[in-house]
Amino acid sequence: MTALARVTAYRPQQRHLPMLATLALLVGAYAYGASQYTAFGSGQVVFNLFINYSWLLVVAVGMTFVILTGGIDLSVGSVVALSTVLSAELLGEQGWPAAAVVVAVLAVGLLLGTGMGALIHYFEIQPFIATLVGLFFARGLCLTISTEAPSIDDGFFTVIAQTQIPLPGDSHVSISVLIALAVVAVAGYLLHHTRFGRTVYAVGGSEQSAVLMGLKVARTKVSVYALSGFCSALGGLLLVFYKLSGDPLSAIGTELDAIAAVVIGGTILSGGSGYVLGTVLGVLVLGMIQTLIDFDGTLSSWWTKIVIGGLLFAFIVLQRLIARR
Amino acid sequence: MTDPRAILEMTGIRKEFPGVVALDGVDFRMFPGEVHALMGENGAGKSTLIKTLTGVHGIDAGTIVLGGEPVAFGEPSQAQHAGVSTVYQEVNLLPNLSVAENIFIGREPRRFGRIDWSAMRRRAEVLLAGLDLHLDVSADLGTQSIAVRQMVAIARALDVSARVLVLDEPTSSLDAGEVERLLKVVRTLRDEGMAVLFVSHFIDQVFAVADRMTVLRNGKLVGEYRIEDITPVDLVTKMIGKELEALEDIEEATHRHSGGEVFLRTEGLSRKGAIAPFSLEIRSGEVVGLAGLLGSGRTELARLLFGADHADGGTLRIDGDPVAMRTPRSGMAHRIAYCSEDRKTEGLVGELTVRENIVLALQAARGWTRPLSRRRQDELAARYIDALDIRPAAPEALVQDLSGGNQQKVLLARWLITEPRLLILDEPTRGIDIGAKTEIQRLVAKLSDDGVAVLFISAELEEVLRLSHRVVVLRDREVVAQKDNESLTPDEIMAVIAEGSGT
Ligand SMILES: Nc1ncnc2c1ncn2[C@@H]1O[C@H](COP(=O)(O)OP(=O)(O)OP(=O)(O)O)[C@@H](O)[C@H]1O
Ligand SMILES: [Mg+2]
Repeated sequence: MTALARVTAYRPQQRHLPMLATLALLVGAYAYGASQYTAFGSGQVVFNLFINYSWLLVVAVGMTFVILTGGIDLSVGSVVALSTVLSAELLGEQGWPAAAVVVAVLAVGLLLGTGMGALIHYFEIQPFIATLVGLFFARGLCLTISTEAPSIDDGFFTVIAQTQIPLPGDSHVSISVLIALAVVAVAGYLLHHTRFGRTVYAVGGSEQSAVLMGLKVARTKVSVYALSGFCSALGGLLLVFYKLSGDPLSAIGTELDAIAAVVIGGTILSGGSGYVLGTVLGVLVLGMIQTLIDFDGTLSSWWTKIVIGGLLFAFIVLQRLIARR
Repeated sequence: MTDPRAILEMTGIRKEFPGVVALDGVDFRMFPGEVHALMGENGAGKSTLIKTLTGVHGIDAGTIVLGGEPVAFGEPSQAQHAGVSTVYQEVNLLPNLSVAENIFIGREPRRFGRIDWSAMRRRAEVLLAGLDLHLDVSADLGTQSIAVRQMVAIARALDVSARVLVLDEPTSSLDAGEVERLLKVVRTLRDEGMAVLFVSHFIDQVFAVADRMTVLRNGKLVGEYRIEDITPVDLVTKMIGKELEALEDIEEATHRHSGGEVFLRTEGLSRKGAIAPFSLEIRSGEVVGLAGLLGSGRTELARLLFGADHADGGTLRIDGDPVAMRTPRSGMAHRIAYCSEDRKTEGLVGELTVRENIVLALQAARGWTRPLSRRRQDELAARYIDALDIRPAAPEALVQDLSGGNQQKVLLARWLITEPRLLILDEPTRGIDIGAKTEIQRLVAKLSDDGVAVLFISAELEEVLRLSHRVVVLRDREVVAQKDNESLTPDEIMAVIAEGSGT
């Protein structure tokens, strides 16, 4: 039994390993930046990461739930774009009040996600295919609503966009950051302290076992896609707060960034293991790389993609190695 | 035959799978305060009957009445709510979650919607202690042995206050002590008025615990008997439809081993945390049995010999030459075959056909650049399906659709066709019916006559003793004795195992 206890005590650390690696990477990248560029050392660089990527963070949190069940959601970028276009259209052309727009946008995201979840569960369509359909559908909808990118001058939206929340040390964050952090907190709570969250892990561990154990697999599977749709819509709203425009061609390829962030954050693509906190780190790593390249000034931004590709590769190999033990 | 006292009454149940009629007009009933054993050969339809009850499979004809109400469950959760708690044959749990969660998931103790983790761990500990299992309940289930998983599945089923408890081969990976504890729990539940459905291929366990039994053969009902009205011999005859030939002749043959060349020799071989240094010799044509309780290091020892794990001390010689056995590939290169106890995750590929599963290891040993011709594959598959009596005898059936015992036979066939010089069998007769078990034991005896060395691991001491020339006894991950098997008895081995162990 003592040997057994030793083996089992070792395990949780292993499970945290990818997340710890990401954390180390993040700290390393920051230290490197700070040693190269004096401006980099200020705390505001880190806060800017949150400001610039709060929308992606929210999207990636939704994606985390999906990937934890062993699924994938390719539609998130299109749903983000749809949310921005819908906001601009409803606020501008239709003249809806801001609160109604927010509710409508979130409802559309929730609905789209639920639809895809239902396709996946009840018609047994591969998540890849079902959400690819969602991707085209939402993007197409964007372009039928508007082919231009009108800017938004609604009072409520502008206030949220421009309010700066001061922090000690002469730094500040935006309201969007607070919203994103609230989403992270709620997601963490859901995953670790509610029956729904544990069922998400169970489905990712083995869907067949989860069914035989009498868990609510159908409801959970549909819910994670609904949740991801909702998060994408909310991410879209945060993007509106950030850019104050509704662009039908925005957020192209966001699904890949979100998946990359989730995987770099240590969530296993086949499901069943991972943490939202890892996803936060994953998003920060992506942002940090972009910031480093921006600071350098001579590198083309395609380097971001190359570095992300390299990182993804490294993390997937790391996961394999851990899984094999 | 309606009886008002019955808690469960299944009548005229029919279930067809594409190409197979798994159940044909089966009647089955259960009474409160009774243990009802469901008996039959591999593939007789026992698990299928259970799954039609719990809503995993729909039925094509028949009625199910539970507690006086007709029911038709669409999914297992509904059956659970109606008070039918089930342990399925293949342990279906979640390796990525903790032991405690596996017991409670879906009905975790909560406070204001929030899972109460410490209460959950406490209750899990209490529940497992009731089964005499003491372990860290927050450890991942995936790190636990098959036996522990089986106990966890049972603990999960016991926790609900069910009216009907279904146990489909709950004892297949348990050792004698654990079986005894489980049977005690079952008796207690029965005395509290629960109806228990019990499936096992161990005839003695069935007679020890059951009050009533129903026998199936080829998906058809043979009959329902009260335990007083049937003898073990009758029962087996009813199950297989003919009389079972005696096992004695095997015993005669095996104990006459003269000893061939030493095939494999270890000196102080060890792996930290898995097994203490041991020295062992295995000769060609010798059957070496490993005896010991669960977690005593039997599987760990075997894995070192095959290269599934690599040793961190000592040497291993094959034909006298030192060999670094680091991967299963090196094991295979030296013609050592390892038939794993964990057929679900380490063994079979459910989505492939019986034929593909059978040729898998041989193909891997040849390398993928030299594919086996389809004709040769068909030939091999047909030969071993016949030799091991795999049912249905359909090489193109998917392995996942086979009954549990037949899956085990497919796994065995896979390793036999590689014509190994040392065959390691880790619980090869787990979940196998008595007829097939005899076949496998005969096969081991025959392999040994042909000069193949066999390392035989089984929780059933009688079986180990019947087959082995020599018995290696393990305790707490250490080899504590090696005994030539002239006239060893289970009690002698048990004494060695128990010696010095404080608990
Ligand atoms: N999902 C399925 N698809 C097709 N055939 C199946 C399926 N499940 C079971 N069968 C077939 O139904 C028959 C009965 O199988 P079942 O698993 O009920 O046997 P069993 O009595 O439990 O045997 P064992 O003792 O080996 O567990 C077998 O012929 C099996 O191949
Ligand atoms: Mg069965």
